[in-house]
Amino acid sequence: MDASAQAPRRRWWLFRRQPKIRRHDLASQWQLMWWKFRRHTLAMIGMVLLGLFAAMVIFAEFISPYPPFERNPAYVAGAPQIPSVIDENGNFRWPPFVQGLKAERDKKTLRLNYVPDPSVKWDVGMFVKGEPYRLLGFIPTDIKLFGVTTEGGFMHLFGTDFTGLDLFSRTIHAARASLGVGFVGVVISFILGAAIGGVAGYFGGWVDNIVMRLIEFIRSIPTLPIWLALAAMLPRDWSPLATYIAITVILSLLGWTWLARTVRSKLLATRQEDFVLAARLSGCSDTRIIVRHMLPSFMSYLIVDASIAFPEILLAETSLSFLGLGLREPVESWGVLLFAAQSIRSIDQAPWLMIPGVFVIIAVLAFNFLGDGLRDAADPYTR
Amino acid sequence: MTRFLMRRLAYTLATLLLVSLVSFIIIQAAPGDFAEIYAAKKADAGAVISAAQIAEVRRELGLDQPWYVQYGTWLANAARGDFGQSWTWRRPVGAVIAERLPLTLAIAFATLVFMYVVSIPIGVYSAVRRYSFGDHAASLIGYLGLAIPNFLLALVLMYLSQRYFGQSVGGLFSPQYSLAPWSWEKLQDLLQHLIVPVIVLGTSGTAFLIRAMRAAVLDELDRMYVLSAKASGLSPMQLLLRYPVRIALVPIASTLGWRLTYVISGAPIVGVVLSLPDMGPLFLNSLLNQDMQLAGALIFLYCALTIIGTFLSDVLLVALDPRIRLE
Amino acid sequence: MSMSTDHPHVIDVSNLSISLKNDNNSIAITRDVSFSIGRGEVLALVGESGSGKSVTALALMQLLGGNLSISSGQIVLTAIDGYSADIAKLGRNGRQIEAIRGARMGMIFQEPMSSFSPVHTIGAQIAEVVTVHEDVGRKEARRRSAELLAKVGIPDPVGALDRYPYEFSGGMRQRAMIARALVCGPSLLIADEPTTALDVTIQGQILDLLSKLKDELGMAILFITHDLGIVAQMADRVAIMYAGSIVETGSVREIFRRPSHPYTRALLEAVPRLGDIDERRRINPIAGSMPNLFEPPSGCRFHPRCPVAVHPRCSLERPPTFGSGGRLVECIHGEAELAR
Repeated sequence: MDASAQAPRRRWWLFRRQPKIRRHDLASQWQLMWWKFRRHTLAMIGMVLLGLFAAMVIFAEFISPYPPFERNPAYVAGAPQIPSVIDENGNFRWPPFVQGLKAERDKKTLRLNYVPDPSVKWDVGMFVKGEPYRLLGFIPTDIKLFGVTTEGGFMHLFGTDFTGLDLFSRTIHAARASLGVGFVGVVISFILGAAIGGVAGYFGGWVDNIVMRLIEFIRSIPTLPIWLALAAMLPRDWSPLATYIAITVILSLLGWTWLARTVRSKLLATRQEDFVLAARLSGCSDTRIIVRHMLPSFMSYLIVDASIAFPEILLAETSLSFLGLGLREPVESWGVLLFAAQSIRSIDQAPWLMIPGVFVIIAVLAFNFLGDGLRDAADPYTR
Repeated sequence: MTRFLMRRLAYTLATLLLVSLVSFIIIQAAPGDFAEIYAAKKADAGAVISAAQIAEVRRELGLDQPWYVQYGTWLANAARGDFGQSWTWRRPVGAVIAERLPLTLAIAFATLVFMYVVSIPIGVYSAVRRYSFGDHAASLIGYLGLAIPNFLLALVLMYLSQRYFGQSVGGLFSPQYSLAPWSWEKLQDLLQHLIVPVIVLGTSGTAFLIRAMRAAVLDELDRMYVLSAKASGLSPMQLLLRYPVRIALVPIASTLGWRLTYVISGAPIVGVVLSLPDMGPLFLNSLLNQDMQLAGALIFLYCALTIIGTFLSDVLLVALDPRIRLE
Repeated sequence: MSMSTDHPHVIDVSNLSISLKNDNNSIAITRDVSFSIGRGEVLALVGESGSGKSVTALALMQLLGGNLSISSGQIVLTAIDGYSADIAKLGRNGRQIEAIRGARMGMIFQEPMSSFSPVHTIGAQIAEVVTVHEDVGRKEARRRSAELLAKVGIPDPVGALDRYPYEFSGGMRQRAMIARALVCGPSLLIADEPTTALDVTIQGQILDLLSKLKDELGMAILFITHDLGIVAQMADRVAIMYAGSIVETGSVREIFRRPSHPYTRALLEAVPRLGDIDERRRINPIAGSMPNLFEPPSGCRFHPRCPVAVHPRCSLERPPTFGSGGRLVECIHGEAELAR
């Protein structure tokens, strides 16, 4: 009775009634993880959000009403236009519409202002014709998810920037570069971490010692200044693609330490396990033991670490690009878009330029939620 | 205890040396050395510079020596506070930095204080009232705090204060105080201007610390010594503060060094966005202008600050946890 | 529910039931536990782990945690200073119960390793108990702590005040724990398996120390254990607990000589004795296992394991209690057994 007197809640699961009979003793490790993961509401939300981002990456051309580099000279630094179904008299109107606009020059500041033109309404529809593009890169089509059906009308859901580009379309397209940097960065970090941590953990001794000191060193220096310095050293005349790859590599250079530590400590721990000894006794080679026996046993922890590394790289890329030291036009990432919002003057005139930042926040949140759920689920046999 | 501290001190010095090497490599890795830049500047001004003159400048500056000799010279000079000349400022790097270092330190220190003062009570509350409304609210804010990039928070706060208070939050002093001698009013003015940078820099750290503190207190609440202290007649508040909270502070304090690393890491970008007269804008401009003498020195300083901070957190750990003193 | 003892009672527990509340149903962890302890007396509460003896001990000090709570019964404490209260009526928190904890009742736990905070000195943790309960200065509290440390046999008590728990061995820590529990002169000491985690030689020393301190200070001791050897050495009287109920109570002599409940007999037979090897007596482990508290057997909770159970009576109704005064047994055979 001793344990339950102090912490009875730990044993609740013992007598919680399960809707289905599940044989925990027969389930695979991944099944157990999934059962536990599913109970984590935030993690499920994170997963749904990431699914939406994936759709955004794959179907960017379909979702965005305009090509990302098409200027609208009739609407420069214009505010977001939100479709409505209630007209100015309070009557319901279908299809939804955006108010027509006309440009007026402010007599004092000489700035162009866009004022609603009550006589004009632009209808908004789903699956409308737009500029031709290739869906998934090979299906030629010109159907867009939504758009203005009225001739001569336009709708910029997130407004436009100082050159008249549609911010919504750009934000959707920028998901590719932003999430791409994160993804490739995590893959590189993963390979670096697994290789370095694997060497340290498998060989131990002085190799391990040096690697651990190196990790400790990298951890104790502030990363952003180093990233900035490395990014600043990239030659300016490199092509955007080369810069993109170089930035990704730089970001992952300092991000592998967590993974390496996990790989190392798990390798050290599993080295002692019976199943590894059994594999060794039956004559498996070192590589085979590591890859086939040891790695799968702690793969779940690595996935957790990767899901934590992802938002870190995403945030770093955004910060670098925002400062003008990361990715550059014509590559579009959320950070590149935010570069336009650098000065207080521009955000005062066009606060909607900060909208891509909301996407950064949502993406990071989604990964953090997912990471938390994975961390809880990674230990399938506890609780 | 002394052995532990000596070991940490030795490690700190070794790390500092390694960081100086990294900074030196960054200075060297930039395209073009000082002599070439100097020549290019002169050429821009219309003067004709011959290759011989460049070589002369090079020899004068010791740039013809092998890299390790140059590193040795650089390190020896750096130890005396001489980091060479900044060509963008046309002044010694040391002097340029010295003007801005105190404010950088003030911001970092204020941010650390803010983070711990805010996060410890909230973390304790979240642990004691687990799954309460306040706990959920704190963890929601925590998630958001971790997800918002520093610069974006700075932009939003700047925008809001511009819009609704009609006041610019950039800089650290109001115009009337920026050149005035130090006075009580000037200090107040400074503190007012510090609020936004401190919130911006401290938010993600605070979010992290709240979660860490909550987990640490939760860990301690189930411990046997808490029950045994309760059996000795302590009231719930006495009990909480004297035992679980006090002991949870040990792991929290031991991460002080890391927290400082994060603060220092975020400082340049926040400095740029809020146009603070600290090292941030200096650093960014030196990188954009390839003023590598200045940039290298700044990198070295940023790293040195966090390394020294880590050492201080070790000292703090010794003060808080008697078990380490035994070593 | 009084039991005749020669001493005025310090604690009188009657019909104490503790239940575990969980989502929407509540499960009885103990039912109708009754016992009393007089001054200078040691009552051993014996049972297997999971029988509810530790929970009972925690309930006596209102230390039940989580979803456990006292559902009915009385716990009347009559301290040596004349203070008297029904602890079951005091809440878990508040001035009244805090004034009892540590001052009129002390408690020592099974794990001397984890019962002290690792980052505070032994002296601070003992002196704290004094300053919490009495209006004395720090110096006086320290002096009293050193005095108690000397009494529990810690060498260099003044120096020990400034040392940390990790600098002490397990036995020394348990001595310090005893000092902490006794520093305010409690009327009742609850010792929850205080020697289980210690080496056998140290066990003996701690038991001797407790007996000596009991004689010296005149307090009552509730000694919780599963070790019948310790019972024989320490206790005046014994209460045997099974699955949340006390099935038999009596003096040590009576219980060991003439156990009346089948469970007590089984317990005694499961203990090896000197000479067993010569006489080739086999140790008989008790068949079956402790019932699951969440699905307890109907009727007498021991009936599924009982060798003398009468079917179907034992599985249908709770057995009556026979006996009087200090000798009670809860079994249908109780009357016959007691008369034997």
